Amino acid sequence: MTNEARVFVCTVSDIDLDDIRQFDHSGKTYAIYRTEDNNFHATDGLCTHEEVALADGLLDGFIIECPRHNGLFDIRTGEALRAPACEHLKTYKLSIEEGEIFLHLAPANGAA
Amino acid sequence: MGFNATRQIDGPLTKGDYSLTGPVAREAQNLGMHGADWYRCPVPRAEMKKLIKRRDYPALRDSAIWLGLLALSGALAFIFRDTLWLSILFFAIYGVLYASAGEARWHECSHGTPFKTRWMNDVLFQFASFLALRNPVVSRWSHARHHTDTYIIGLDPEISSFRPPDILRQIAAYVGLIEFPLSIKAMLRQAAGRLDEAEQVYVPMSEQPKIQRTAIIWMMVYAAVVGLCFFTQSILPALYIGLPRLYGVWFIQLVALPQHAGLLDDVFDHRLDSRTFHMNIVGRFLYWNMNYHVEHHMFPMVPYYNLPALHEIIKDDCPAPYSSLWATYREIIPTILRQQKKPSYRVVRLLPQNDLPETPKQA
Repeated sequence: MTNEARVFVCTVSDIDLDDIRQFDHSGKTYAIYRTEDNNFHATDGLCTHEEVALADGLLDGFIIECPRHNGLFDIRTGEALRAPACEHLKTYKLSIEEGEIFLHLAPANGAA
Repeated sequence: MGFNATRQIDGPLTKGDYSLTGPVAREAQNLGMHGADWYRCPVPRAEMKKLIKRRDYPALRDSAIWLGLLALSGALAFIFRDTLWLSILFFAIYGVLYASAGEARWHECSHGTPFKTRWMNDVLFQFASFLALRNPVVSRWSHARHHTDTYIIGLDPEISSFRPPDILRQIAAYVGLIEFPLSIKAMLRQAAGRLDEAEQVYVPMSEQPKIQRTAIIWMMVYAAVVGLCFFTQSILPALYIGLPRLYGVWFIQLVALPQHAGLLDDVFDHRLDSRTFHMNIVGRFLYWNMNYHVEHHMFPMVPYYNLPALHEIIKDDCPAPYSSLWATYREIIPTILRQQKKPSYRVVRLLPQNDLPETPKQA
């Protein structure tokens, strides 16, 4: 797999404003976010604390809150902001072409 | 047992069985019981999005009322300190607001749910943690583990209903004689930079400096209170700070015991290991709606003020709620008496349509 590898996720209209969509691909889970300002972001889809699906969480601006233990992450950087989340999320680049969202599989940040 | 579960342990269970580092804990880990998938009642995403939205107003309003009553009862207790019965009355109110309502606020804030504005939540969490005498860092990790592995023997550090139950210990807990000395001991240990065996399991070592810093500050506050007592030759300062954890915890003990007591352990369905019961408005204000305990455990992101609405949405998929606090004790008291002789006995709640609890996915 090269750094250019990308996969189709869904169409723009499949994700409401201020909402999250879980995307599973090749045994890995991603979270695709559409923020209130109509921008799209992508991170790992499972909380780094207990591997709970972040798509069930609360998106507040650019902060995603894990649904089980309320750990917080910044979806732009993947930074863990509140315990029990300590380890950062990986973030991913998205491309949007003609209303279709593509996920670039190579992490965009340096999260472990 | 007549339901599907990964493991069910007959009693009697020892202290070592409940340990987070014992063989029962290792067995649970090996069976994939840690962090398992738990049953969740279906709630449409749109509904859940509304329920998990936080607002500042309800928590600000309730906190203002709580702090106002705390200050008023404390002031009246001081003003009438020479009139014994009035002094006792106002300190009794102050103690419940300090220790019991304070513990309820510590709990809710540990989830980060009451306020939309995060710093407000953090401020109240630090304050309520002091009132509850629970280190904010340790208790947040402990409670996170409790939510991951609720009443999974060997994994949940907050199990307080044992098989067989220790009835004398429970009675002593109503007047703070169990937790208060343990909390003081833990504070001194944490101030010295040491975590106990269980804390080492669920708290990352990177958190240790924060734990120690808070414990040292609290220790200094308590030392000042004790010093003030000696200086004024009066117990009054301690009646305001610290001792409410003895004389004011009866309410939180009373309402918290029904959360899980006598129900199934080692199951992956909060409908079977937690209770929801109805309560009057004063009780719900003090307890911040934690009588909706099935709902809280199943969806811990939902703030306390939205739990009644969540209850309405999922109630048809849950066992019938208890009609009152007293109704829970009508079940709990015979259960713990029976468990004295038969420690494997537990109450199995009837699920709607004879639904069976989910089996966890193996790790």
